[in-house]
Amino acid sequence: MDAISMHHGLILAGILFALGLIGVLARRNLLFILLSIEIMLNAAGLAFIVAGARWIQADGQVMFIFILTMAAAEVAVGLALALQFHRDFKTLDADAASKLRG
Amino acid sequence: MNTVFYISAAIAIVSTLLAVSRLNAIHALLNLIVSLLAVAVIFFILGAPFVAALEVIIYAGAIMVVFVFVVMMLNAGDEITAQERQWLRPQTWIVPAVFAAILLAELIYLFSGPANKGVGEHAVNPKQVGLALFGPYLLGVELASLLLLSGLVGAYHLGLRHRSLAGSRHDPATKGGV
Repeated sequence: MDAISMHHGLILAGILFALGLIGVLARRNLLFILLSIEIMLNAAGLAFIVAGARWIQADGQVMFIFILTMAAAEVAVGLALALQFHRDFKTLDADAASKLRG
Repeated sequence: MNTVFYISAAIAIVSTLLAVSRLNAIHALLNLIVSLLAVAVIFFILGAPFVAALEVIIYAGAIMVVFVFVVMMLNAGDEITAQERQWLRPQTWIVPAVFAAILLAELIYLFSGPANKGVGEHAVNPKQVGLALFGPYLLGVELASLLLLSGLVGAYHLGLRHRSLAGSRHDPATKGGV
């Protein structure tokens, strides 16, 4: 099996993370912001897997499983908040909740 | 193997780009699922078959299904697409995109040094992952279970709050609809 350069794997993780970052910064819809956070978490997991494959250790995969767990919990609470938000404000515009006690 | 890696990497990047730029939420989700599947292929190539399966089952399966359910409950139709089109003007996304691109360029510059050791020559099988997970990382597993429980309770509480204020807290079976 030909080896893949570790740097290329890390660069791919970096590109995916940057795309997720652009999504978080540029979108105003709460749903897309949560989606972009998922992209960023997945990119971080990819970096862990690449590092684990580089040193042929299981720790990278263990960390990915923890990231997966955290992403699942985050998406459950985040989407419940989004539903609540939609009930209260009748929109998904993140700017609608720019005041702490609105 | 190298070719497969680069093809999957290109698919992952393009579909992620589409996922963050689509106006329709369902289209974005479908593109993101393609991206996650491409990343799962990359995991497999890198010698992590267990995590590749988890990526497909949990990320592309469970988490995306939850997203699709929420999009359906919010009934995000044509007016949401029109709203997104109105929100997503170049002046709103060009500055964050340029900043993120600069950070990415710095990262690639840092990675483009020497010492290019290969990855993916040896697989780390599920048995090793399981032994590590329930050996030195046992405390982490317990903390993850606590996190999942608190996430479950939190999501349930958030989903139920309005109804309990309305007085029908004794009938959780009729929850649903927004």
